[in-house]
Amino acid sequence: MALELAEHNLSEERLEFRDTLRRFFEEHAPITEVRRVMEEEGTGHSSALWTLASEEMGLAGIAIPEDAGGQGFGLKELAIALSESGRHLAPIPLFASAGLAARVVQHVAGESAEGWLTPIAEGHAATVAWVEADGDWDPAATTLAVDGSGDDVTLTGDKHFVLAAGAAERIFVVAREPGTHCDEGLGLYVVEGDAAGLVVECRESVDVTRPVWTVRFDGTPAQALGPRGAAAPGIRAGLDEATALLCAEMEGGMRRVLETAVDYAGDRFQFSRPIGSFQAVKHKCADLLIDYEGSRTASDGAVVAFDEGDPEASILTAVAKSHLGPAYVRMATESGQIQGGVGYTWEYDAHLFFRRALASKAILGDESTHRDRLARHVAREIAGGEA
Amino acid sequence: MRREDTKEEAAFRAEVRAWLEANAKPRVEGPPQALDHSPEAEARHWEAAKVWQRTKFEGGWAAITWPVEYGGRGGTPIQQMIWNEEQSRFDVPAGFIAASLGMIGPALMRFGTEEQKAYLPAMLRGDEVWCQLFSEPEAGSDLAAVRTRGEVDGDELVINGQKVWTTSANFAEKGFIVLRTNPDVAKHDGISFALIDMRQPGVEVRPLVTMRGDRHFNEVFLTDVRTPLDHVVNGLDRGWPVTTFVLMNEGAFIGTSSPVDTSATALIRHAHETGRLDDPVARERLGEAWARERVLGQLQDRLKGALLDGRMPDVDGSVLKILTAEWGHERAELATWLQGADGLLAGADAPEAGLWQDKVLSRGLMAVGGGTLEVHRNGLGERALRLPKEPRFDRDTAFKDLETSR
Repeated sequence: MALELAEHNLSEERLEFRDTLRRFFEEHAPITEVRRVMEEEGTGHSSALWTLASEEMGLAGIAIPEDAGGQGFGLKELAIALSESGRHLAPIPLFASAGLAARVVQHVAGESAEGWLTPIAEGHAATVAWVEADGDWDPAATTLAVDGSGDDVTLTGDKHFVLAAGAAERIFVVAREPGTHCDEGLGLYVVEGDAAGLVVECRESVDVTRPVWTVRFDGTPAQALGPRGAAAPGIRAGLDEATALLCAEMEGGMRRVLETAVDYAGDRFQFSRPIGSFQAVKHKCADLLIDYEGSRTASDGAVVAFDEGDPEASILTAVAKSHLGPAYVRMATESGQIQGGVGYTWEYDAHLFFRRALASKAILGDESTHRDRLARHVAREIAGGEA
Repeated sequence: MRREDTKEEAAFRAEVRAWLEANAKPRVEGPPQALDHSPEAEARHWEAAKVWQRTKFEGGWAAITWPVEYGGRGGTPIQQMIWNEEQSRFDVPAGFIAASLGMIGPALMRFGTEEQKAYLPAMLRGDEVWCQLFSEPEAGSDLAAVRTRGEVDGDELVINGQKVWTTSANFAEKGFIVLRTNPDVAKHDGISFALIDMRQPGVEVRPLVTMRGDRHFNEVFLTDVRTPLDHVVNGLDRGWPVTTFVLMNEGAFIGTSSPVDTSATALIRHAHETGRLDDPVARERLGEAWARERVLGQLQDRLKGALLDGRMPDVDGSVLKILTAEWGHERAELATWLQGADGLLAGADAPEAGLWQDKVLSRGLMAVGGGTLEVHRNGLGERALRLPKEPRFDRDTAFKDLETSR
């Protein structure tokens, strides 16, 4: 019998929304399809599924305002969609496009975001490229400098660890004014997918269902969004929301990993008993639940904080990401362990989630980064309170 | 985040606060005081607790959720929560007496005869405090394995055996005890739950000193102790349902607040002041502790939120119990690690008057008391995840024929 965890925290409407999405992914993104895309496409992306998800379910524009052609829901609804997509490892750029690009663009471009958001809402996938070869997820580490004046410039250089670059029709690039440092001089520039001098290279990633890309620019034309050189606050706000939304996507995978382990422990017999009746296995399952409960509460807390305009939202996001990263890896590890020998095979799905967990832990900053940020934040608050 | 009070809740809160301000001293944050585990200090604390119980009773606050007919206020769990929140800002000896009331009171209301329920008012006044005589050397996690014998002699029960981990048995006037009254049937079927007078010959209480040096717990040796048969709750050999009912209520009272700030925020403040925060390893560990505290707070809000809205909670209480125990202990260890070599000191000489060392050494309170973490993990596996139970050997065999420790 499949495990069904209590879910009293979601309203009727949201529960129904979740169930509709679950049925959609079960029908259109079964694990056989995920594996087919993984093996045949090499891009981690099914354009047919993305078109269906955008046109039939409106997933590309869930949290994009209605004026810009989206559905106008909050981040919570987008989080529910991401959770279901994470549960199925769906080969679509939902996180990169709706969870990352749309959030950053909305915060950087503000009033003038509509023109950029409408295509995203219609399903023209987009992504954000900001990290460089040193792997620092902090946009302040950007070294790529723009050439030229005015809003139309050119870019020459590389960006790394870009998600869904192979699916994106537009790439939003973080670059800086020459001679500036840290947050000063940061800007967001859009590069069309067919721009001159743009090369996207798929990197072999530990996460075989979601590769990362290196994006190279060579005199590539780009256009500034918002005022040049003053985009740091918007970029940070967008990346914060994206981090909370990545946690929501991770939560969906964690739940799947928990359910798989518990179902297996109940069904698999050794020594004429279900292995889940042995305490060694039962306690592992209990630990999976403990990790999951903290994680779903933390990720939900971060997402809802943004929807409610809570000034602590960014801090709650660091709490969530620092908690979920190691928790997902632990859960995927132990879930695989509970599945024994078959859990170690390519054919079983345990490794796909383990791989997703490893990558998700790193993307947008690992636990060390976020814990450091939290400690500094609390110390600053204390110092501020004393001043 | 906690939701706003309703109009009625706000009025209740104001009433609570006004009464507390008139009858108790506000808690003042000061330098940590060295903890005193001496018998004299514990006796002083006990007397103060009885006085406070009496004061609460006279003000009508002794048992907020109990029915009026038993001396309670007839209030709601939300009002109890409001009381707890407000009381935590005052320097009052809250603790064991309230916990004891919370265990035996509801059990008597549910299973007791009218004569047994007559104990409730004196209990509420703090005139008679009750201790729980459950665990035995051979009955820990497996409480139903109790061996302390109860034998019928006329209209009395004669009790012989040993109990252990009995909190405040040295002070308590009364006790509720789990007994083996019939060893010839399966173990859960031969158990009785009885009320006894602790101040009688044959009751010998010896303090059990824990590794941190406190004497809250006791061993209780019972030799030909007598109690009337009509002090058996729910009938002879029918004590197991009463026992599990009490255990269900016990969980809610484990974990008391500390007299000083032991939060991760306080640790970060201290590290900031001492320059320890310049160490990136310290920063990472402190950030982790702070994040955990927030996650635990969010989980508690999830439980409380369900209670406030009258919904079924969708998170199991054992998740919170395990995280509170494990993360609390790790935080205390982190605190002593941050102290460097000073961390090996204890008592008044140690940093912060040895508060953190005491916390490290009191791990067992949360990790074993109120059910070991392993028992709670079994509960999560079997209750929340519906995993199959371990095969058992003690269901269909007479208690006297079961295998025991050698």
